[in-house]
Amino acid sequence: MKKLTTTMVVVALLSSTTAFSVQQSSVVQADIDAFQGYFKKRFPNLSLDDFSKGPYAMSEDKMLQFEAAMDMPPFEDHVDKGEKLWKTAFKNGKTYSSCFSGSDETLRTQFPKWNAAKGKVDTLEQAIVDCRVKNGEKKIGTGKGKLAWMSAYLTTIAEGQKINVIVPEGDAKALAAYKDGKKFFYAKRGQLSLSCANCHVDNPGMRIRGDTLSPALGQITHFPVWRGKWARKKGDGFGTIQRRYGGCNKQVRAKPFKRHKSQYDNLEYFHTVMSNGMEISGTEYRQ
Amino acid sequence: MKRSISVSVVVTLATLFVMPMEAVAKDAMTGKEIAFDRKLGNCLGCHSIAGGSQPGNVGPPLIAMKARFPSRAVLRDQIWDATVKNPNSLMPPFGKHKALSENQIDKVTDFIHSL
Ligand code: HEC
Ligand code: HEC
Repeated sequence: MKKLTTTMVVVALLSSTTAFSVQQSSVVQADIDAFQGYFKKRFPNLSLDDFSKGPYAMSEDKMLQFEAAMDMPPFEDHVDKGEKLWKTAFKNGKTYSSCFSGSDETLRTQFPKWNAAKGKVDTLEQAIVDCRVKNGEKKIGTGKGKLAWMSAYLTTIAEGQKINVIVPEGDAKALAAYKDGKKFFYAKRGQLSLSCANCHVDNPGMRIRGDTLSPALGQITHFPVWRGKWARKKGDGFGTIQRRYGGCNKQVRAKPFKRHKSQYDNLEYFHTVMSNGMEISGTEYRQ
Repeated sequence: MKRSISVSVVVTLATLFVMPMEAVAKDAMTGKEIAFDRKLGNCLGCHSIAGGSQPGNVGPPLIAMKARFPSRAVLRDQIWDATVKNPNSLMPPFGKHKALSENQIDKVTDFIHSL
């Protein structure tokens, strides 16, 4: 079977050069190399995949805390619920999988994805909501809850797959969306006037109050996460990457943007591309 | 005409009543309380300060301040807008961005200067 698919791909490649010539923009590739190079130089003892452990990668003590929490993951029940939801057919008999190409295991790493037809970035979470609507079901809330559980299930089964988000070479609109996300990431924001980069590029390993700052590299490999802080609030502890963006915007006393609009979608595009080549590590615990 | 005057009197009275109450609550806070409050100075977010728990370490510890800032005015400037001295400063411009009122900055300055 595998052989067959490979042969098919090769044939397809040979028969159609245009459809398969989606190459990473050279501008973006240069950014990735510089971004990853910075972190590797600053933390020479960490391997690329180590960065995905965020604050826990910053010290042995923190890593022990993480390992203890992951010994008895507080989130497994909800990942199971996510799997059930994902596999339950809509009233019309179709399933979520019918909206996507490729096996379920590959969905996490297909997103965020440039949608050339619509001229915008598609995120996995929005694509799941769109799939419901397309099949005559109601929308569901983003950020947490059922959508986050399904998304967490897809992250769990994608463990070990490599992130490979492409900003197609020669597509000016895609590059503009990427650049918009990049600008957001480096722009000082809010009453406290801090950028994402101030905390997660300039100061990883340092502490803001009791929180050790994670490096921006590898921040997206394990989302949605289960967070103790979120579990203590309303809800079950789950949050998507865009929920986290909102939280980090609030920290600097800026008004968060609506999820799944261009601001956060473009930010997610840039933010994810920067971690290209890293493995998805499955849904994880955070403090 | 008469009616509109009485309405504005009521409004003025109401604002006189509501505004000072809030201001009084905040006015009653000490410099230390303002500096430590997460929604106000939250200086502990980045600095260790005597008497504060779980400080961050993104900024330097605030100790021996009179030795390093003989001038209270220079210290106040640092708190009002740290980017004047260091354009790349990570420290929020509390006065410039009105994260703290002038009065609150005065109190925080006195407190920090006493460390
Ligand atoms: C004032 C500092 C500060 C700023 C500015 C900030 N963050 Fe954070 N961020 C934190 C802290 C503290 C945490 C919790 C500890 C950690 O994981 O870094 C966090 C966590 C995160 C996480 C979760 C990482 C994980 O593995 O769980 C992501 C993702 C993130 N931030 C992205 C961003 C983005 C994107 C921006 C800009 C929109 C931003 N942050 C701005 C302080 C900040
Ligand atoms: C987000 C981080 C952050 C916060 C919050 C913060 N600071 Fe700072 N602070 C810094 C950094 C970083 C420096 C180092 C110098 C610079 O970059 O301006 C600094 C420097 C200082 C200095 C000069 C110290 C020296 O030895 O030169 C003083 C005084 C100071 N801060 C007071 C305060 C006070 C008071 C507050 C709260 C009202 C506060 N800071 C909040 C990050 C912060």
